[in-house]
Amino acid sequence: MKPLNEVIAACPPSGIRRFFDIAAEMDDVISLGVGEPDFVTPWRIREAGIYALEHGYTTYTSNAGLPRLRELICADLAERYDARYSPATECLITTGVSEGLDLALRVLLNPGDEVIIPEPCYVAYEPCVAFAGGVPVRVPTSWEDGFAISAEVVAAAITPRTKAVLIGSPANPTGAVQPREALEALVRLAQEHDLYLISDEIYDRLTYTGAHTCLGALPGARERTVLLGGFSKAQAMTGWRVGWICAPEAVAELCVRVHQYTMLCAPHISQLAAVEALSAAEDDVTEMVADYDRRRRVFVKGLREIGLECPEPGGAFYAFPSIRSSGLDSETFAERLLKEQSVAVVPGSVFGPSGEGHIRCSYATALPLLEEALERMGRFLRSL
Amino acid sequence: MREILELLERDAHLSHDTIATMTGLPVEEVTARIAEYEASGVIRRYKAVIDWDSVEGQHSESVTAFIDVSVAPARGVGFDDVANRISRFGEVRSVYLVSGSHDLRCTVVGRDIRAVSDFVSQKLSTIDRVQATATHFVLKTHKRDGDVFTEPEPDHRLPVTP
Repeated sequence: MKPLNEVIAACPPSGIRRFFDIAAEMDDVISLGVGEPDFVTPWRIREAGIYALEHGYTTYTSNAGLPRLRELICADLAERYDARYSPATECLITTGVSEGLDLALRVLLNPGDEVIIPEPCYVAYEPCVAFAGGVPVRVPTSWEDGFAISAEVVAAAITPRTKAVLIGSPANPTGAVQPREALEALVRLAQEHDLYLISDEIYDRLTYTGAHTCLGALPGARERTVLLGGFSKAQAMTGWRVGWICAPEAVAELCVRVHQYTMLCAPHISQLAAVEALSAAEDDVTEMVADYDRRRRVFVKGLREIGLECPEPGGAFYAFPSIRSSGLDSETFAERLLKEQSVAVVPGSVFGPSGEGHIRCSYATALPLLEEALERMGRFLRSL
Repeated sequence: MREILELLERDAHLSHDTIATMTGLPVEEVTARIAEYEASGVIRRYKAVIDWDSVEGQHSESVTAFIDVSVAPARGVGFDDVANRISRFGEVRSVYLVSGSHDLRCTVVGRDIRAVSDFVSQKLSTIDRVQATATHFVLKTHKRDGDVFTEPEPDHRLPVTP
């Protein structure tokens, strides 16, 4: 047989997969390894989805998505962050941020273009850059700096082939929220070197210790920024697969072009549910965010009490404690913790080399389970 | 502080320590505030939410009825004196003054239908200025005070996801 696509064949399977396989075989596992809310989609949103089904909204929508939904998204961005996008020409609905990321990279990159990715970062960033024909270039961040992106470190990685910088804030896996100054420095750098910025802001509403900075609202950023967002996290809609891209018209137009041939449109029912999510579910979101914050406080305190240093995670629903005191590497730590105490976490190393020495713990888990998990982790640490 | 009360209303079992961590207040302050709420009657008492329908053999041992009561108001007291009088019966679980075609809406719990009927005919209807009652027996409780009494939704999430 002729060889398959070499870029894809060379891409290693996600490091998370192995832990999934072990955990799936075990009983009594408390999983802190889940990257999605433990809330089910709020009922009023589900009910809107049911209504949409009942009334036969089972067709395609326009490629860019329902105008009403795009209007609501742009109005929300304007009101919340003063980020201004035209619903008609600068916004499209995607099947989650996953598709949005893929579209953005395909539209921005020519073969061989480099994309700088501060890590530890979401597992899909590097593969998606490679699949789009680009070259991912990792730059480290460190927990001593709260995983803030350093413009100097990014600058040192810039070459004539650098096309874009890809960031996520609040971040999976660290829970770090980029300080406004760090983002401003990044924007200046992008202006100097004429780089695009891809900003994955799927966790924007899950920010606990300060206000979220929307990259699209920073002076000088808008014309070079592709903003990615969606409904999976704050509205607990992961399985609906609905997100959006906001970008300058020239970029958005090409995104729609790829999208119209590869996806055609995001699911109609999900788009209608998302309309309900934006127009009437604010109280549900506020309540869920408050709940995450309370669990975050309890969980982080608990981690520190069992002897793990844990930088304050300002956003998302992850804590990223250091496990260096255990003397184990993060892969071994996670595997032994799972096998010996039935607690599933994700080793930090799967999110990039700077994640080594950490584990990702999701606190999107009921409080009693979090408390039990802390007990077991404490037992594990004492057994070492 | 409202948040302490909201947390306790949802889960009265939370320790003061946990509440302190959740709210970011010192634990001494949480303890002091709760004591104050208890002393002043803001917190009346703590109780469990029980789904009696799922307790074997229990559901036939008590019945609940909503009873709408029409009352002729009196100068100076309106409906208050009658409402107060009804409230004092142990079998009456709640009494509201409501708008609409009746004046008071009460919840009454009795051993069986007969006991509730007797209560209505002998106690409620005979109160001065009570003009009419309409009794609605509860057949099944689906949701009460924010608690849904159907099967909880299972967690469909995969154990480890990116």
